[in-house]
Amino acid sequence: MDEKKKVNFLKLGLVRGIIFQVVGSIVGMGIVMLIRLLMGLPAWNAEPVWVGGTFVGVITFLIGVGAFSDWFKWAKGEKTSDHHEADPSLPGWAKYYSISLDHKVIGIQYGVTSILTLGLAGTFAMIFRTELAASKLQYIDLGTFNSLIGLHGIVMIAAILLGIGAMSNYLVPLMIGASDMAFPRLNAFAYWINVPGALLVVSSLFLGGFDTGWTAYPPLSARAPLGMQMFFLGVYVIGLSSILGSLNIIVTTIRMRAPGMNYFRMPIFVWAAVATSIIGLTATQFIALSFQMVMFQRLLGMGFFDPTNGGNVVLFQHLFWFYSHPAVYVFILPGLGMISELLPVFARKPLFGYKWIALSSMAIALVGFFVWAHHMFTAGMEEYLRVPFMYSTMLVAVPTGVKFFSWVGTLWRGKISFPTPMLFTLGAVSIFLLGGLTGPPNATVATDLHLHDTYWIVGHFHATMFGGFIFPFFAALYYWFPKMTGRMYNEKLGKWHFWLMYPAFYVQSLGQMRIGLLGMRRRIADYDPALNFDFSHLLITIAGFVIFASVVIFLVNVWMSVKRGEKAGTNPWNSRSPEWQLPTPIPEHNYADHPFEVVGEPYDYGLEGSTYIKMSAASKASAAD
Amino acid sequence: MKHFFRVAVLVAILTVLIGFGLDNSGYMPALASVQGAAIDALFRKHIWVISFLFSLISGFMLYSFVAFRRKPGEEGDGDHFEGHTGLEIAWTILPLGIVLYFAFLGAAALAETRRADPNAHKVTVVGSQWSWRFDYEDYGFSSTELRLPIDQQSLLTMTSTDVIHSFWVPEFRLKQDALPGEGMERELRITPTVIGDYKLRCAELCGLEHAYMVSDVIVMEVSDFEKWVAEQTEGPSDDPIERGELWYEQYGCQACHSIDGSDRIGPTWAGIFGTEELLTDGTTIVVDREYLIESIVDPQAAIVEGFETIVMPPTGDSMTEEQIHDIVDFIESLAE
Repeated sequence: MDEKKKVNFLKLGLVRGIIFQVVGSIVGMGIVMLIRLLMGLPAWNAEPVWVGGTFVGVITFLIGVGAFSDWFKWAKGEKTSDHHEADPSLPGWAKYYSISLDHKVIGIQYGVTSILTLGLAGTFAMIFRTELAASKLQYIDLGTFNSLIGLHGIVMIAAILLGIGAMSNYLVPLMIGASDMAFPRLNAFAYWINVPGALLVVSSLFLGGFDTGWTAYPPLSARAPLGMQMFFLGVYVIGLSSILGSLNIIVTTIRMRAPGMNYFRMPIFVWAAVATSIIGLTATQFIALSFQMVMFQRLLGMGFFDPTNGGNVVLFQHLFWFYSHPAVYVFILPGLGMISELLPVFARKPLFGYKWIALSSMAIALVGFFVWAHHMFTAGMEEYLRVPFMYSTMLVAVPTGVKFFSWVGTLWRGKISFPTPMLFTLGAVSIFLLGGLTGPPNATVATDLHLHDTYWIVGHFHATMFGGFIFPFFAALYYWFPKMTGRMYNEKLGKWHFWLMYPAFYVQSLGQMRIGLLGMRRRIADYDPALNFDFSHLLITIAGFVIFASVVIFLVNVWMSVKRGEKAGTNPWNSRSPEWQLPTPIPEHNYADHPFEVVGEPYDYGLEGSTYIKMSAASKASAAD
Repeated sequence: MKHFFRVAVLVAILTVLIGFGLDNSGYMPALASVQGAAIDALFRKHIWVISFLFSLISGFMLYSFVAFRRKPGEEGDGDHFEGHTGLEIAWTILPLGIVLYFAFLGAAALAETRRADPNAHKVTVVGSQWSWRFDYEDYGFSSTELRLPIDQQSLLTMTSTDVIHSFWVPEFRLKQDALPGEGMERELRITPTVIGDYKLRCAELCGLEHAYMVSDVIVMEVSDFEKWVAEQTEGPSDDPIERGELWYEQYGCQACHSIDGSDRIGPTWAGIFGTEELLTDGTTIVVDREYLIESIVDPQAAIVEGFETIVMPPTGDSMTEEQIHDIVDFIESLAE
C-alpha cells in the first residue's frame, strides 16, 4: 500500500516534540540562570536550574508537537478544520505519531503508550525481583533498589492511567453514539502532555534517583537527590492529563448521547468511566498540591513539612492520600465496568441488576472520598480519627459486594463460552475477589497495626490492581481487537497468555501475603536470612517472570495478528452494543453517516425479538457490507 | 432448585477446606505480647469470613462454568432475567451489617491494645538514619538494645531525629511511626509475655540503608531486668575514649562512619584525625578538634571534596558538650 512512501521523520509530531523539549529545556535552564544572575545569586544551582528548565521543556514539547496550533489560530481569528490528520505525504501509520483529533486514534495512542510504560515498569520490577530472589545483595546497590521500587510504582500508575485513557477515549463516544469527544483538541492535548511527563519521571533515574518510594513522604523526600524533583514535576504534568481527560469524558457523556439513550440505557462501562472521571476531575489536584509543596520547600525554603521550621510531616500524608486513595478507585472502576460489560456478552444473558451495578460505581466513587486516612493508622495522626475512618473504609465493601453478587447472578443459567476475553474477565473477577477480601483486615485498625507496611499489603494491592485493571484491560484489548484492526487475534496464544498469567499471579500474591504476615517489611533491598524467606521469595520472583513472559506472548500475538490475523467480521461476538453494528474499520466520524436511535435495553440477550438500537434506514444500506 | 442445593454443598466444602487450611497454616509469627492476643483473635475471625466469602463467589462461579457452559454446537442465548430487587437489597443489607460488626470488633480490639497501666516502665525510642536508641529516662541511661521486663507493661514513646521511621516487632504485632519534630511524640504500650530475643526492624522506608535499620529486643525476667538496669545506672566509664565509643554507637554515628577503615556513606574515622583534607570550596584544612566539633554541630559548614551529595543530620543538637568532646577523643584515639 502506501508503506513505500518516503518518511520524513521531522514531520512526525512526536519527533518534533522531543526535539523541542530538549532545546526548550536547555533554553529554560539558561533563562533560570540569567534570572539568578540578575538577582545576584550564583548562576549554577542544580535544583532550580533543572526544575525551571525542564518545566519550560514540557511547554515547548507541546508547542513542538502542535498541541496549541489550533488554539493559536483561533486566537488570531483563523478557521480550522474539524478533523485534520497528519501530512498526506506520510503513510497511514504516521497519524499515530502526531496530533490527531480522532478519539479512536487518541485511544490507540493512549493504549500503545500504556503498554509501553507497563512493559517499562514491569522491567523495573523484574530487576529488583531478581535481587530479592535470595537474601543478601547480589546485583544492585541499595540506592538503585530504592529508586527502582519508586519508579516501578509511579510508572505503573502512569501506565494504568494511560490504559484507562485508552479504554474511555476509544469506547465512550462509540458506546453512546457520539461522533467524537466533546473537546477533541483538549483530548489531544491531554494525551500528549503525558509524553514529556513520562520522560521527566524516567529521567529521575539518571539524576540521582530518589529513595522514597512513589509515596514521597517528607522529610525524606525533602532531602532526597535531584531525581526527586523530576519525579514531582513529571507526576504534576501527568496529573493535568488526568484532570482534563476526566472533564472531557463527563461532558461527552452528558451532552452527546444518541437519541433515546437515557442514563440507564447506556452501556454499563460508560457509568464506570463517568464515576472514575468524577474522582479524576476533583481529587487529582491534591497529589499535585502535596508534591508542589515539597517542591517549593526544596526550592524556596518554605517549611511546610520541615519539623525544624514548624512544619508538620503528617499534613503531607493527609493531602497525599486525599487523592491517592480515591486514585485506586480511579484505577479499578473502569476495570470493574469492563467486567460488567463483557460478562453478559459471553454468558448470553442480561446484566443482573443493571441499575444496582451502575449506582454501586457511583457509591464506590463517593465513599472513596471519605476513607483516605486508613493509610495512616500507624502514621501518628490524631488518634481519634482512627475509628471513624475504619467505619467509613469498611463501607466500601458494600457496593463492591453488590457487584460481585450481581456478576454471579449474570453467569447463573447463562450459556457461557470461554474465548480469551471471557477468560480474562473471569480471571479478573477471581483475582479482584482475592484483592477485595484481603482488604477488611487492613481496614480494622487493630489488625492493621500488624499488617501495615508489610508484604501482606503488597500482595493485597497487587491483587486489586491485577483484578481491577490488568486483567480487565487485557480482556478489553482482546475483545475490541477485531474492531480496532479488522483482524482476529490468535486464540491459541491468547489462551497461553491467560493460563500462564493467572496461576502465576496467585502464586506471587499469596506468597507475598504469607511472608508479609510472618514479618517481611515492604521496600527493603535485603532481608535477614534467619527469617527463612528465601524460598518464598524465589517462588515470587519466578512467578513474576512467568507473568512477564505471558505479556511478551501477548505482544507477539498483537504483532502477528495485526499483520496476518484472520479477517474478522463486523460483529464476531454477536454483541448488541452500537459500535459492533458499525462497519470495520469504523468510519472517521463514527455515526455521522450511521445515525441510530435507542429502542431497547442494552443487555437483553435471550429476549426474543428485542433490539438495543435501530439504525436509520439510510445507514442500514451502507452498514450491510 | 437442584442447582442451588449442589452449589450450597460445594460452597460448604470449599469453606471448610480453605478455612481449616488457612487456620492451621501457621500464618502468624509466634505471639509474644498481651496486646497482640486481641489482634490475633480478630484476624482469625477475618480469616473465616474471607474463607466463606471466597468460597461463596468462587463456588457459584465454578459451578456455573460446568453446569451452564455452552455445549459444542449449541446455539441461542441463556435464560432471560434482568435482576431481582429483593436479592439486591438483601446482599446490600447483610454485608452492611457484617462490616459494621467488624468495625465494632476492630474498635474493641484497638481499645484492648491501648489499655494503660499507670505503673508502666517508660522508655523513649529514638529513631535516626539508620539506628535506634532507647532512653531509659527514669533510670538516666541510654542503650542500643531494647530490654523489657516480662509481664509488665512498658510505655514506649517514639520520636525521630531526622525522617519518619516505624517501630515494629512482628511478635508483638503492634506498629507505630516515629515522627520528627516537637510535640510529635507518639506512644505504644507493650506487655511482653514470652522471654526471648526479638528484632525491631524499621517498617517505614527511611532512605538508603532502611533495610538494615535493626535493633535487638530482649524480653527478660523481672529480676534479670533489674540487675541489668543496676549495671547500666552505674554510669558510663571514667575514660572519655570509652565513653566516646558508647556515644558512637548510641547516637547512630556507626551507620555512616566505620572505625576499621571500611567504606560506608561518610568518611571512616580510622586514621582521620590529623590528616589534611581538600574542601569543596578549594581550601584545605587539618582535621583537628576544632574542625571535628564543627562537623558534628553544623555538618554542612565545611564539606570535604567527594562528600557534597551527602547530607549529615545535625547530630550534635541532641548531645551535650561533654559528649561531643568524648567523641572527638574517641576519634583521636583511632589515629594511627
